[in-house]
Amino acid sequence: MDFTDLATSRRGFLALGAAGAALASVGLPAVAARVATRAKIVIVGAGAAGTAMANRLVERLDGAQITVIDARAEHLYQPGLTLVAAGLKPASYTRSRTTDWLPQGVTLITQSATAIDPVAKTVDTSGGQTIAYDFLIVAPGLVLDHDAIEGFSLDMVGTNGIGALYAGPEYAARTWAAAQAFTENGGVGVFTRPATEMKCAGAPLKHAFLIDDIASRTVGAGKYKIEYAANNASLFGVPIVSEKVRMLFDERNIHANYSHVLKAVDAGRKVATFATPDGDTEMGYDYLHVIPPQRAPDVIRQSGLSWADRWTDQGWVEVDMKTLRHLRYPEVFALGDVAGVPKGKTAASVKWMVPVVEDHLVAALSDSEGTAEYDGYTSCPLITRVGRAMLIEFDYNNNLVPSFPGLIAPLEELWISWLMKEVALKATYNAMLRGKA
Amino acid sequence: MQNLTLQTLIAVFEEIFGRALFWAMVAGAAIVTIAYVYVLVRDRSVSMRKFLLAQISMPFGALAGVVFVQAMTSSHLRDIGGPVDVLVLLGVAFIGAIGVAILVYTAQSLFFRSQSSDDG
Repeated sequence: MDFTDLATSRRGFLALGAAGAALASVGLPAVAARVATRAKIVIVGAGAAGTAMANRLVERLDGAQITVIDARAEHLYQPGLTLVAAGLKPASYTRSRTTDWLPQGVTLITQSATAIDPVAKTVDTSGGQTIAYDFLIVAPGLVLDHDAIEGFSLDMVGTNGIGALYAGPEYAARTWAAAQAFTENGGVGVFTRPATEMKCAGAPLKHAFLIDDIASRTVGAGKYKIEYAANNASLFGVPIVSEKVRMLFDERNIHANYSHVLKAVDAGRKVATFATPDGDTEMGYDYLHVIPPQRAPDVIRQSGLSWADRWTDQGWVEVDMKTLRHLRYPEVFALGDVAGVPKGKTAASVKWMVPVVEDHLVAALSDSEGTAEYDGYTSCPLITRVGRAMLIEFDYNNNLVPSFPGLIAPLEELWISWLMKEVALKATYNAMLRGKA
Repeated sequence: MQNLTLQTLIAVFEEIFGRALFWAMVAGAAIVTIAYVYVLVRDRSVSMRKFLLAQISMPFGALAGVVFVQAMTSSHLRDIGGPVDVLVLLGVAFIGAIGVAILVYTAQSLFFRSQSSDDG
């Protein structure tokens, strides 16, 4: 057999080279025109939303003064906390430095925003600075109100069977220490979620599924029981997903307690108290996963940016749900957890929100109207055991909006969805932070 | 998924294997490919004996690919949940098989040339 002609043909090599170049050029993002401006843009918060926004604005604007205000030196990859709390990743997996992600050409003020005056258009910082803005992007994230759970404090996490994975990487690791003891010794595991809006509402379910799966392979069936306390009459905000989760719970013998909101913990007796429509009820536990109520930071609530008639106990920013622009102060936008929209407290939402705000902001700087709209898209790789997940994607209307229709079924437990969560998600997130996805 | 660019794909692979391992694997794959093309051009023929050994090595390459990906992703064969998972698994096995076959063929050509240079 002689392949000499193919191997040594110059034309063949040229054709291969051309094919390679064509492949490389496919999928390169279109470059939008840059806009010249002297505008002062302030971004409060250097989390996923603030950082992605800063990177995109630097790409789009020439001459803008972009200031990012955030006191935290550490950036947290929050979607990874679930994996840390199941012993699948170390705490360091979720950590990086804020400055690693911020672009050249922005000013980072490492203080917290203490006051916002949307009339005078200024932001005060904890260091006593007052920063004026032409446009303000509010993206400080949210606050976990641990004090709202009577008898609970964060120093309890990791001991006496108490976990709280949302509180940060160290707490997620300590959560695993408590959960691991449960998976080895058995008993009753109680998994909760708050009655407020919360970031990634799938996370409480993921934790329950993961710990159940691990316990089934360590201590074994019959030696442990999982109680899931849902805050209302469903297990997930999207009805069709809620039904699927209910079926999986039945399959795995996970018992759902509807309309049970955790209000107090008695760590000495290992008893949790829940508020229910029929009054308070107690549940004994060997492992308790606490997720506290979640609210907008005080600075937002005190600045008058919050909704006056919705989520009044939580204080989310009053924005148009499609443009994320403040309804009373058009030069203010909100992004990420703090935005007062019906869905969207995930990194996937941020990925879709940021280009919308970018479009409207850049349009305003060029005296035109933006056209982009956020439809409430969010996605949740809903882990159902180690090695499998359901890729749930939905919008404001609770429609399932699968990215790969016909290929990856949203309500099917798949290995490929797990691969996405475990390996592809962080990379996509990192690309988003850099404004590239 | 809003958009999938080459840049995003590279970032994904860097994350899967770690930046150093990923680029080391890319470099390794490039070196083997270049060496493969080199031996094809040099020998101006395909040796069927080397090709046979390369083919025999393919199942081992397929298995190694699958084991490698599952070890990297805390998963197991029991996690295959639907047709798309089977396709992904077969894809991984296929890539492992082809990669090892090329590697084995090239290694034979580079290191055992005198023994088999006349069997094409």
